[in-house]
Amino acid sequence: MAETPTRHVHFPGMDTTVLGADEIIINMGPQHPSTHGVLRVKLHLDGEKVIGSECIIGYLHRGVEKIAEHRSYQQFAPYVDRMDYVAAVSNGLGYCEAVEKLLEVEVPPRAKVVRTILTELQRIASHLLWLGTHALDIGALTPIFYCFREREEILKIFEKYCGARLTTHAFRIGGLQYEVYDGFEQDVKRFLADFDRKIDEYEALLTTNRIWVERTKGIGVLSAQDAIALGVTGPVLRASGVKWDIRKAFPYAAYDRYDFEIPVGSNGDTYDRYLVRMEEMRQSRRICLQAIEDIPAGPILGKVGKVMKPAPGEVYHSIEAPKGELGYYIVSDGTTQPYRVRIRPPSFINLQAFDTMVRGHLVADVVAIIGTIDIVLGEVDR
Amino acid sequence: MADEPTSKQPEKRPETSEGQSSAREPSAQKPAEKPAGEKSVPPKKEAPAPWPKPLDNEMVRRFRRRFGDAILDALEDRQQAILVVAWERLREIAEYARDEEQFDMLTDLTAVDWPKREKRFDLVVNLYSFPRNERLRLKAAVGEYDQPPSLASVWAAANWLERECFDMFGIRFEGHPDLRRILLPDEWVGHPLRKDYDILQQDTAWVRENLGIESGQ
Amino acid sequence: MDAVVEFLKPHWMPLLWAVVIVAVLPLVAGYIVLLERKVMADIQARLGPMRVGPHGLLQPIADALKLLLKEDIIPANADKWIFWIAPLISVTAAMLALSAMPFGPVFQIADLNVGLLFIVAVSSLGIFGIVLGGWSSNSHYALLGALRSAAQVVSYEVAVGMALVSGLLLAGTLSMRKIVEAQAEQGIWFVFLVPVGFFIYLVAGIAELNRAPFDLPEAESELVAGYMTEYSGFRWALYFLGEYTAMVVVSGIGTTLFLGGWLRPFPNVAAFDFLDYLPAVLFLALTGYCFYRAPKQPVPIQKAVMGLFGLLCLGLAAALGWSVTLPAEAMARAGILGAFWFLAKVFLFLYSFMWFRFTFPRYRFDQLMRLGWHFLIPVSLVNVMGVGAALVLQRQAGWPLWQGLVLGTVVTLAVAAWLILARQRRPVAAPSAGGEV
Repeated sequence: MAETPTRHVHFPGMDTTVLGADEIIINMGPQHPSTHGVLRVKLHLDGEKVIGSECIIGYLHRGVEKIAEHRSYQQFAPYVDRMDYVAAVSNGLGYCEAVEKLLEVEVPPRAKVVRTILTELQRIASHLLWLGTHALDIGALTPIFYCFREREEILKIFEKYCGARLTTHAFRIGGLQYEVYDGFEQDVKRFLADFDRKIDEYEALLTTNRIWVERTKGIGVLSAQDAIALGVTGPVLRASGVKWDIRKAFPYAAYDRYDFEIPVGSNGDTYDRYLVRMEEMRQSRRICLQAIEDIPAGPILGKVGKVMKPAPGEVYHSIEAPKGELGYYIVSDGTTQPYRVRIRPPSFINLQAFDTMVRGHLVADVVAIIGTIDIVLGEVDR
Repeated sequence: MADEPTSKQPEKRPETSEGQSSAREPSAQKPAEKPAGEKSVPPKKEAPAPWPKPLDNEMVRRFRRRFGDAILDALEDRQQAILVVAWERLREIAEYARDEEQFDMLTDLTAVDWPKREKRFDLVVNLYSFPRNERLRLKAAVGEYDQPPSLASVWAAANWLERECFDMFGIRFEGHPDLRRILLPDEWVGHPLRKDYDILQQDTAWVRENLGIESGQ
Repeated sequence: MDAVVEFLKPHWMPLLWAVVIVAVLPLVAGYIVLLERKVMADIQARLGPMRVGPHGLLQPIADALKLLLKEDIIPANADKWIFWIAPLISVTAAMLALSAMPFGPVFQIADLNVGLLFIVAVSSLGIFGIVLGGWSSNSHYALLGALRSAAQVVSYEVAVGMALVSGLLLAGTLSMRKIVEAQAEQGIWFVFLVPVGFFIYLVAGIAELNRAPFDLPEAESELVAGYMTEYSGFRWALYFLGEYTAMVVVSGIGTTLFLGGWLRPFPNVAAFDFLDYLPAVLFLALTGYCFYRAPKQPVPIQKAVMGLFGLLCLGLAAALGWSVTLPAEAMARAGILGAFWFLAKVFLFLYSFMWFRFTFPRYRFDQLMRLGWHFLIPVSLVNVMGVGAALVLQRQAGWPLWQGLVLGTVVTLAVAAWLILARQRRPVAAPSAGGEV
């Protein structure tokens, strides 16, 4: 083969080969306990202080966008679950809605409401996983077990609904895959009934804990301007003080029916992001409580044919996934297979802010910052 | 100037991709040439496609006033605004969109490969405006060896997105601070999201080289 | 041969005890690990080890076997000899420190007249094992862990020393045995006389042990495993043994100096004599529980192990019960009961170490240093001065000791409060404040 170009170490704005006496380059990952998968971070350290960083990603790249070009619209739907695999329901919702928009299909209200409930449960589950791992990174060993205890309840509901716990493929283009099972409402209600108290429990462990506050306040500060310039979305953006949530900005599914608040932070630090996500869980619970009260009767599937041939054209549709704006840009050439599916992965774009957030901090803060961005490498790498 | 493109749009309506193909050269818009170049790309359907429709609103007129010929087309597809622009002036237009039109966030930047066209790539830039709660899509047709200007100086978010675009399509962005592959290893051969990139090819080549057999499939 | 026997005769008891410590300690450390896992499981709303033996009682043995059989990897670029010897230093230092530890009035290898000094000095040598191990691994993570560990132990040694001095001033001796006897004479544990000193000792002791929330040298989420990153198999187990032995040492010092060593609660009050029966009753209850649970175990071998464990408890109960029947001045009685109380207090310490570990997040390195230098050391200095002043007032001005100590404690607490408030008034550290160390 031809000569392979060597990978150059690159730290923006500094000479790459000359290191000072106190400087070391340390590789965090791809096998590291707190890089949340196969993220590799090359840290340029002065003692323990980070003076530069580079994220090296792609270890989990599976070419999802290429696969899409060789599948029909329905066939591709299960693949999107594999991106953000801790929030598969949200991925599915985004994809199905994008294709529905492309097809210009109306989804029946019953399907919309059930979709909303499941997606909000998924948001809670995703945030719980984030909370547990984030706390674990900062050294609190216990919250993760409490979080998994509650997440388990949500996964059980998913399992009862569609048979799968993680990669659910819960929705179908045009509506729902399945009618909800008997006792779905009771299950959701039972979970929501004391979930509020459970959040209090996590907060009791962390929110006012001196060490927690010291470890998170003022860490990884991202100003609103930086956040917008870097395209950061989701809780990270909101913690920087930008009150923006796609559920309010471009309401999809049945979100326009329900009352909920968008929590915002002010300092844009790790602590604010923590508070924002905690409050988001409460708001998700609120949405679910409203939605579960009256699920409209009716069909669960809109008028879609067995063979989907959207008119040529293109559409961009995005939803507020637990991690940020999850967008699908689909180009149709009028055949049964998408000509191009572009996925806007929130984790990927949020991760780009990592370097801005981490400079000047210590090694210990690196893990706190990786945790607070809330990335899933399946989605970063796709 | 404003009238010129709008008047042409009705002709283009039957085909989605036509808008972009016509965008390749602002000066030479010969209607006769377009169908010839395009015929084989999208399979033609009997019913005329409902989208895209021409778009003409205040914002589009502002863009046209400011950039004239560089705004090649303005379309609406599924209620989503699309501006087809010339890639040479993409950065200027992006700066204008950010500063004057308040499109302060770069949501996404990607490309679509149309290998049969003269300019094979559509560069797609999705913008969002917080003050206006609006989205806008900029599209620019880029030839295989063209070097569109990098938007990394306009939105920091473009850095990785352009790297990914380079990685997947091989579009070289001029003025990008650090244009390397991002998802694939540096020594990867080819750009996978191009339409002529065969999924099996890489695999077979690897198998042949490393295992010494003809194919692993 | 006769000469050797003659030489050994006066020393048979310490020798026996030394052999017992070296032989049994690894097992004990294993069971402390099991206990820790059980405590952790309880705090985290789960069961913990349940498979190997009833309630996981054989888990430590299975773990030890596994570690023994694992491949012993020495990285190619490591400094082989140092890498090899470093864990041994850690273990040896920790075990050596036990030699002057009085596990009761009888079970003590050597009652040195500088006992406490010896223990503190020897146990701090353990840091060499960590630093050398981290350095010789030739890995960034290990090196960072080792450096953190060195800085941390050196810093907190001061606070620990000062906290110990506050107790020593009251005891007036460095001999571990005499310290306990002083508490028996004065009729009060020193923890009630110098609570601040005890608190500082507890916090700084955890930091010295590199345990959560100060476990930065091995912070697994940052440095993978810190200085132990490159270690595997039995060498890794040796580090663990060293760490858990050091836990026993630190607990032992705290118990001796602040919690009255082997003395039972209210040693001089006859009304509390019934407490002497408590150990026997406790073990009897445990025996009953084991026998009650044994038939319910799912597998015959688990039934057997549970039964054996019950028998062990019964034996202990018998020994403890038998010792109570002896006359008060019998050595066996004092020895057995004393050992029970000493170990009970040590386990109290261990439990609190575990409790903290599973409750608190981890400090960051600069915060740890700030806590040590800006808070614990000044407060411990003031505390020592307070105790000293109380003693001077007692001797020169005839004040009752407790009055002086209350005054000293109040002053110390005021200083501590001032330090905390002054810290809070300062703005939150800017991101680049990391270099403050």
